[in-house]
Amino acid sequence: MGHREGMEVSIAVSHAVQLARAEAIAAYPITPQTHIVEHLSGMVANGDLEAEFINVESEHSAMSACIGMSATGARTYTATSSQGLALMHEILFIASALRLPIVMTVANRALSGPLSIWNDHSDIMAAKDIGWIQIFVENGQEAFDHTIMAFKIAENSNVLIPTIINMDGFILTHVVEAHNFVDQDMVDAFLPGYHPRHTLDPKYPVTMGAFAMPEIYTEVKMKHQVTLMNSYEHIVKVWQEWGDRTGRRYQPVERYKTEGAKTLLLTMGCLGEVAEIAVDELRAAGEAVGLVKLRLWRPFPFADLRQALAGADLVIVCDRALSPGGAAPPVLAELRSAFYPLSSRPQMLGFIVGLGGRDVSPENFKDILKRAQEESSHGPTQEFYLYGVRG
Amino acid sequence: MLEIRFHGRGGQGAVTSVELLAVAAIEEGKFAQGFPSFGPERRGAPVLAFLRIDDRHIRLRCKIANPDVVLILDPSLIRIQKPAADLKPGGVIVLNTNKSIADTRREFGFTHTLAVVDANHIAKQVLGVPITNTTMLGALIRATGAVAVDSMTKPLKERFGPMASKNIAALQEAFEKTVVEEGKS
Amino acid sequence: MSKPLDQMTWQEIELGAILRTPGSAREYRTGDWRSQHPVWTKSRCIRCGVCWTVCPEPAIIQEPGGYFDMDPDYCKGCGICARECVTGCIAMVPEEE
Repeated sequence: MGHREGMEVSIAVSHAVQLARAEAIAAYPITPQTHIVEHLSGMVANGDLEAEFINVESEHSAMSACIGMSATGARTYTATSSQGLALMHEILFIASALRLPIVMTVANRALSGPLSIWNDHSDIMAAKDIGWIQIFVENGQEAFDHTIMAFKIAENSNVLIPTIINMDGFILTHVVEAHNFVDQDMVDAFLPGYHPRHTLDPKYPVTMGAFAMPEIYTEVKMKHQVTLMNSYEHIVKVWQEWGDRTGRRYQPVERYKTEGAKTLLLTMGCLGEVAEIAVDELRAAGEAVGLVKLRLWRPFPFADLRQALAGADLVIVCDRALSPGGAAPPVLAELRSAFYPLSSRPQMLGFIVGLGGRDVSPENFKDILKRAQEESSHGPTQEFYLYGVRG
Repeated sequence: MLEIRFHGRGGQGAVTSVELLAVAAIEEGKFAQGFPSFGPERRGAPVLAFLRIDDRHIRLRCKIANPDVVLILDPSLIRIQKPAADLKPGGVIVLNTNKSIADTRREFGFTHTLAVVDANHIAKQVLGVPITNTTMLGALIRATGAVAVDSMTKPLKERFGPMASKNIAALQEAFEKTVVEEGKS
Repeated sequence: MSKPLDQMTWQEIELGAILRTPGSAREYRTGDWRSQHPVWTKSRCIRCGVCWTVCPEPAIIQEPGGYFDMDPDYCKGCGICARECVTGCIAMVPEEE
């Protein structure tokens, strides 16, 4: 087994990509993703990673180049953030429709405007319907582990769907912390080479990205939807195997002190661990509160969530993005929709936190719990609350 | 958990310092987080850097609002940033100055435990340049025992290569010359 | 193509909706689009092949004697051949004539 080392999380992610033996990388640097691709570019230049690194003039080109390289059968990686993800937008749908198992790190950052380089989830929430597998991580160790696992998930012959690892910008990407590494032999045993079903090969010509008439477009979309939903079982299997090899176990929906909890917080990304601290303190004070952390965002884990939230009276969904003019912020909207058909369901209140890099502390979560319980007791005055907003 | 906040100016190496110290603490088997005040980097502008050290995995993901220790690389920042204002009771101020502890207390009204060292002088003598970030790590270690002095050797060697030995010497000298006085309150 | 598109089920869609049969576009007869077609006046044709070169489909066939004619299955009647003909020997004639 590998060694333990302190380093910036972005650099650890670049080492994970190296251990996964990525063969093709095209990326455009953007804060706060920069350190990841900077280090990968260095590794390729120094001969520490045998890969093609294509410098491009935009993220639109980065994803286009990734599609081309993945179509030739190369294990392909890229990373971006915020405006970069937005600029890729139209190409993201094509990567998933072509079923190319590209792995991408998104260093989550607010979208302009106003211009903000700081962390929230508005970038990925604007891209939730791109047809990719989407996973959130909470700390550097998880970012490292999930980067390697993402290749195995995406490349599974029953999946073949590109995969995004979401890691919070700055508050994760730019932190030096401890990582338990795995060694190359272990990764090679875990992650065999990618064997594509079709490639761009003149000997066996195929057409990728052909036009679809109205007679067939619906069927193509249905196939994608079914495959994405079915990828769940393969994702869980890959995480299980990683857990068996490393002792680090991951679930689509993770529960923290939910036993007997009548009120549950729900978070995504690295605020989950901050919320744990609040739950610890309130539990110590005798309050029946718990925490549910949504790790797998796409495919949406309906069954796990219904099970995890079953015993609660009140669920406080902490979104990190706004859906302006919409019924609810994205995660709350999804959860309410998932629970609507059930005869018995908890009350769900939404709190939007940490927009554009605003700090969220354990005290904030305690305050949110208190306010949500008050709102719930007298009937909520709003559909959701923009926590901490002045005025 | 020990929470340390570094006060410096862009280019003085505050971020490098917290990274080196975080790596050293992790090498000792502890858990640590080192991170900058996030944002655009501007040379000369007042900056903060943050360091947490604990015996278990650290779950906090926010800035350090009430530190146990503040380290001030540049005394001209005291009037701008008021670094001691939100220091915990019983906290420690580590300051780069050529003034005495008594004069410093009089000038800035510090009541916490105070550690002073003339890092500019040491850095000029040993490194040949007035860059005090690694020198001040010696003062910090003396005042807090955050890590062992020897634990800094490996991270410094990895970061600075052939320049590491001078940085280690400056750190060592600051460790020896730092004067610490317990808090009054 | 295995089945007409409007009869295929979603389960029968190829991975990534790729097309595995090379040249399957041939099955699509673009000649149906034509409202006019080129007619060559052989007496003025110098058999230079410019028409053959510029046809975007390509839907111009060279006959055994070296003269050219359209391929009625694929000629869309765009008229580029007539426009580019060096001697002006190609005329575009409406379909119904």
